[in-house]
Amino acid sequence: MSAISVKNIIKTYGKKKQKVTALNDISFDVNEGEIFGIIGPDGAGKTSLFRILTTLLLADSGSATVDGLDVIKDLKEIRKKVGYMPGRFSLYQDLTVEENLQFFATIFNTSINENYELIKDIYVQIEPFKNRRAGKLSGGMKQKLALSCALIHRPSVLFLDEPTTGVDAVSRKEFWEMLKGLKAQGITILVSTPYMDEARLCDKVLLLQKGKVLSINTPDGVIKDFENPLMAVKAKGMLPLLEKIKAMDIVKDAYPFGEYHHVVMKKEENVEQLKSNLTKADLKEFEIKRVEADIEDCFIQLMKEE
Amino acid sequence: MREVKAITTNKLTKQFGDFTAVDAISFEVNKGEIFGFLGANGAGKTTAMRMLCGLSLPTSGEATVAGLDVYKENEKIKRSIGYMSQKFSLYDDLTVKENMQFYGGIYGKSNAFIKEKTAFILDHLHLQKEANALVKSLPLGWKQKLAFSVAVFHEPEIVFLDEPTGGVDPVTRREFWNMIYTAAANGTTVFVTTHYMDEAEYCDRVSIMVDGRIDALDTPKGLKEKYNASSMDEVFLQLARKATRAAD
Amino acid sequence: MKQFLSFVKKEFYHIFRDKRTMFILLGMPIAQIIIFGFALTNEVKNAKIAILDHSKDAVTASLITEIESSRYFEIEESLSSDKEIEAVFHKGIVKLVMVIPAHFGEDLQHFNKAQIQLIADATDPNVANQLTNYASAIVMDYQKRITYERKLPYTINTEMRMLYNPQMKGAYNFVPGVMAMVLLLVCTMMTAITIVREKETGTMEILLVSPVKPIMVVIAKAIPYLLLSTINIFSILILSVFVLEVPINGSITLLLGVSILFILVSLALGLLISAATETQQTAMFISLIALFLPTVMLSGFMFPVENMPTPLRVVSNIIPAKWYYNIVKSVMIKGLGVSAIWKELLVLTGMLLFFLILAIKKFKIRLA
Repeated sequence: MSAISVKNIIKTYGKKKQKVTALNDISFDVNEGEIFGIIGPDGAGKTSLFRILTTLLLADSGSATVDGLDVIKDLKEIRKKVGYMPGRFSLYQDLTVEENLQFFATIFNTSINENYELIKDIYVQIEPFKNRRAGKLSGGMKQKLALSCALIHRPSVLFLDEPTTGVDAVSRKEFWEMLKGLKAQGITILVSTPYMDEARLCDKVLLLQKGKVLSINTPDGVIKDFENPLMAVKAKGMLPLLEKIKAMDIVKDAYPFGEYHHVVMKKEENVEQLKSNLTKADLKEFEIKRVEADIEDCFIQLMKEE
Repeated sequence: MREVKAITTNKLTKQFGDFTAVDAISFEVNKGEIFGFLGANGAGKTTAMRMLCGLSLPTSGEATVAGLDVYKENEKIKRSIGYMSQKFSLYDDLTVKENMQFYGGIYGKSNAFIKEKTAFILDHLHLQKEANALVKSLPLGWKQKLAFSVAVFHEPEIVFLDEPTGGVDPVTRREFWNMIYTAAANGTTVFVTTHYMDEAEYCDRVSIMVDGRIDALDTPKGLKEKYNASSMDEVFLQLARKATRAAD
Repeated sequence: MKQFLSFVKKEFYHIFRDKRTMFILLGMPIAQIIIFGFALTNEVKNAKIAILDHSKDAVTASLITEIESSRYFEIEESLSSDKEIEAVFHKGIVKLVMVIPAHFGEDLQHFNKAQIQLIADATDPNVANQLTNYASAIVMDYQKRITYERKLPYTINTEMRMLYNPQMKGAYNFVPGVMAMVLLLVCTMMTAITIVREKETGTMEILLVSPVKPIMVVIAKAIPYLLLSTINIFSILILSVFVLEVPINGSITLLLGVSILFILVSLALGLLISAATETQQTAMFISLIALFLPTVMLSGFMFPVENMPTPLRVVSNIIPAKWYYNIVKSVMIKGLGVSAIWKELLVLTGMLLFFLILAIKKFKIRLA
């Protein structure tokens, strides 16, 4: 049985004239014990999807189940079983760390002790500050507290809506370590993120753009689907270099990518052509190499194909 | 006349009670440079940026922005800089045109200037059709690009960008950086913070703040060599992991 | 039950940690009683007047002494000619001039009839009205006394008696009004704001995605304000009895009972507002404009309902505070029992049920 099953979900907002389609016929399945990533920029429809699955929002059409329970009919049962961490920091800022945890434990009819094992690894990191008001915590610590609160009743499925947005690279790495730990305890995790580099850390990803599914696959699978040869190029004067490359008709696409420009070639035989073209141009500090596509490369291409 | 730096700081410090948020930072930013200002949450980036924008007085140390002193001339500084943050940028309930008129107005630009510049930006961003649309109806990527245009509307010497590309899709993110490059090529100094490490590579020079101090400052290439790392991501992680404080 | 208690505990934390708001909530009734009791009083006390006495005889002298010894007036100036009247008003201190014509004493003695002219600064008509009333009352009093002393026949005595409020104290009017106002503000506005705050900060999302029943959220939020309001009732009553000397003539238990009924109505209204609004700002505006203003204007506390045009009188019936105000006046001031207020009680109970059912029906179990 799938932990989450979504079929043909459509969600629109607004009246006839200014109708916005947030989710356009979305279907996917998440297996038990998987970390499933919804990858997409702001406005892709991630939050709408999360709210539908956590029973907070009704879809216009389509159906969905979480842990075998229907998101419309079995509202009460689902609310007992899932853990949810909304996008913005949603704890009581004027309560202390411990008070927040205590509160969420009791409203889920449990106690901190009962499921302490599950949150232990996360909670020990913020325990030294347990008497501090939640509003006074740093971004990374707030997140750990929010995650502890979402886990306190040992949910079978955990929904994390953009947990790493606005968080620095170090805290992000730590956060993903924690998710791996939770996965090991058998919890299914649906997580969304606008950071493409986090896709690699998921078992499966769904690339979402403007309410449409671009791809559903394992991270490796997504990359395998990227068929065009991809080159990384750099030289002194990156901006003119990009203009020069874009002008070539053997090039499908070119864009800055970290310290290099990534160049998507139309065909395999174009690779050598590009090399010789650029070598002839007599560029300073010139470097060219073949690289494997990144999720971000895939996303860009899928976006442009839409 | 000697070439004036866009920004200079000398032992710039800000204390809140006994907490030193920014601890004697010294650096210079050249004119027309794209300067990446990185650091973990709570490292003191925001506080440092506020001092440079004239929003908060330093506890000690010196700093000039566009040749103006942050203690005495902070009102003048505000006229010489542009500012854009991820959170507050444009008024959602005003139209594209009205936003530009408003910002032009508060910087005391003439009507003729505003008119010409508005037309130029609309043309440049291909937004002519949306000129009279409410900003809230625009997709996020467009909003961010528009917000940047508005931040440099009054042609400031320096523009401060606080995480300008958070949550933006990868294609728009690149278009956005293209705008930054163009602005820098036209002589505007760009001071930018970001959580995307690939964007750090786009900067001319990058500083990394740890616990209120600037622990590293160099070109991305120089930093990678120094820390023997293959990417800026690694450099950042090496430095930021040393952090001992966890306050925001 | 444990769930519920921990919820209530959390609400108290919110209130106690926001010291400023708590201070306002508990201080407001005290401040209002003091302001209404001392500053905004519409009784005349030591009003400055001037006297132009053309007669200057024994009778006028004793009349002037009479006026001076009253606690209402203080004689600021004695004028000597009609020309000075205008000038003295221009100075702005004196609001009333009493003109005693020549031969006042003689006229009174010979014809049993004499005239006095009262000239008031009517830029504030209420004050002018009151001053002339008080002044004529004193003159009447005086006249009565001298008539009595002479033991002349055929004297007609008109006697006025102020029922329940012999000294015509304003406090009898505004204490019930302040009670209604404070309870409405604390209960309706604060409950509405606290629920909407959870929506704004996003915590409502988490609460909804938990096994907590919406009705529990609502009741747990209301309880702290019920308690705060009860404290407020006590402080208002204590202040009015001991500082303003307004007695509680009826049963205190009954008074507290009806107050709790009114608190519940206000809480239900607050819930209704919170269900219909998304931001704290709107919640506050609706509470203030749709509830607070009509309460002040139409409950009878500022302006008597009897004097209103019919449409407003009809509208005033849907304002809960009007009924509560009437009850408090009946129980506290007139000392009446349940038999006198059953109609009002019935109306308030009906309102409570109506608002409560509507609020629960409107409470959304989803976000949109």
